[in-house]
Amino acid sequence: MNNPRPLTHVRLASPLKTSLIRTALATATLLASGLVLATPLAYVSNEKDDSLSVIDLDSLEVINTIEVGQRPRGITFNKDYSLLYICASDDDTVQVLDVASNRVVANLPSGEDPEQFALHPDGDRLYISNEDSALVTVVDTHTHEVSGQIDVGVEPEGMGVSPDGKLVVNTSETTSMLHWIDASTNQLIHNTKVDQRPRHVEFSKDGKQLWASAEIGGTVSVIDVASKEEIHKIRFNIRGVHPDKVQPVGVKLTSDGRYAFVALGPANHVAVVDAKTYEVLDYLLVGRRVWHMALTPDEKYLLTTNGISGDVSVVDVARQKVIKSIKVGRYPWGLAIKP
Amino acid sequence: MKLSGYVTAFNGILKREALRFVHQRSRFFSSMVRPLLWLAVFAAGFRAALGISIIEPYSTYITYEVYIAPGLIAMILLFNAMQSSLSMVYDREMGSMRILLMSPLPRWYLLLSKLAASTIVAIPQVYAFLAIAWLFEVEPPAPGFLWVLPAVILAGVMLGAIGLFISSFIRQLENFAGVMNFVIFPMFFMSSALYPLWKMQESSEWLYWLCSVNPFTFGVELIRFALYGKFNGEALAVVSGCLLLFTVLAVLVFNPERGQIGKKPSKPG
Repeated sequence: MNNPRPLTHVRLASPLKTSLIRTALATATLLASGLVLATPLAYVSNEKDDSLSVIDLDSLEVINTIEVGQRPRGITFNKDYSLLYICASDDDTVQVLDVASNRVVANLPSGEDPEQFALHPDGDRLYISNEDSALVTVVDTHTHEVSGQIDVGVEPEGMGVSPDGKLVVNTSETTSMLHWIDASTNQLIHNTKVDQRPRHVEFSKDGKQLWASAEIGGTVSVIDVASKEEIHKIRFNIRGVHPDKVQPVGVKLTSDGRYAFVALGPANHVAVVDAKTYEVLDYLLVGRRVWHMALTPDEKYLLTTNGISGDVSVVDVARQKVIKSIKVGRYPWGLAIKP
Repeated sequence: MKLSGYVTAFNGILKREALRFVHQRSRFFSSMVRPLLWLAVFAAGFRAALGISIIEPYSTYITYEVYIAPGLIAMILLFNAMQSSLSMVYDREMGSMRILLMSPLPRWYLLLSKLAASTIVAIPQVYAFLAIAWLFEVEPPAPGFLWVLPAVILAGVMLGAIGLFISSFIRQLENFAGVMNFVIFPMFFMSSALYPLWKMQESSEWLYWLCSVNPFTFGVELIRFALYGKFNGEALAVVSGCLLLFTVLAVLVFNPERGQIGKKPSKPG
């Protein structure tokens, strides 16, 4: 009569079985860690709550709220997504949040009232617009020191760096100009007049175009980067919404060059624009006073911050439909997405 | 009585109801034009009116067209139900009801068949409306078109039962027009079809109360939730309860002799 115990033992101990089990275990671990890493998160700055809301982009729900400095507005990640830079406007500083621990680990000398900023593609420099002092401050992200200050127009706001890292563009709301700065010398090299109150600039992925929104002008100017001249002006007209309420702020371009999304502020709509013909394709209803937007890394979703209604609307980019609006803190302003 | 007799009777009633609908082309036309006018004309002026707060079952901001679409589906059912009851009065006046009642089947069965038949006739109207509403950017999720069917049937039978119940108290066809005004309009306006109830509450508490006890409101909400793949237990309970109550009442008070020529008139009214 056979004794089954030693047989089982032998079976388990066979080298093939052991290696199979090991592989299976390793795969499971890899899969599990992969799943954890693969959940993209959206960080939203709540201007009036002095906090950040963290949205899980799989479940589309707020999973965390982080206390930060006063009046957080523009936010952006560093290159490896380990740090989040936050314009704490009323604390006159740019805070550095360690993403793993959700703690503020440093304060950068940003100059007064930092509102928006842009990170240079090399990750070493932050270009910060100081709304109250008509300056652009350049801060070294390694030494945490100011490496330059550039005089620009009154009320600087929008900031953009060209994909090749050679040009920096700032918008001044009161002067209604785009200020072109040479990134190597920190010198102002050109100004381009646009419509009233430019709020935001966005380079196309190939760096050939710059899209600039004008809040009071109600338009978006498409600028040819080589000549620094306007090549097209986009106007908006939403059925049932008074033209005065159409105040473009945020602009986002898809990397395939097909679409541009324009947040129209108190018009409570996001315009979908054909990025090749500049034709407005549709207007999507979102929450109240929509300002800034961000695309998920796979560009499946576009997120918008709706200040007055205190929520973030999620747009399905392929279907061009708003699928959900997620309640966050009071007056959400900026958005940054971690893959 | 054999089962086949019941089936034959139901088929007969359904066929008559369907024929009546198909032959009156203007009826189908008006049943479509009525909600579409609301959607295309009335809603256009209020397009951005509701982009203020998110209400169940919607997960984001909606246009007014999207909001009133379920109310307009309920409106189709309401008119269909009342028109069907109207035909009962007509049948009674013209004497064709006698033929129906010559059937050896129980009266309650004939009335239930009538209710079922008139609801079945309403279903294609509802889907035709939804198809056209799609052009107005009323785009519920695909499963919603399936979920809405049981909600439409329940709400349709409930409204049919209410109509049948009311028709028993009407002596002549002429009186019905008045009742339409006292039933259809108040039912439709004092409901969540055109405005969410919190809007009503902001302007008047008692109006809000009236709206929140109106069975039509629950019919609208049942359809609204179903269309967006969500379940509204309260609406289901109220609609089912009203359906049972009014069906029983309609069967109990049904009086084919009322208003017939040559009969001793009962109290005028």
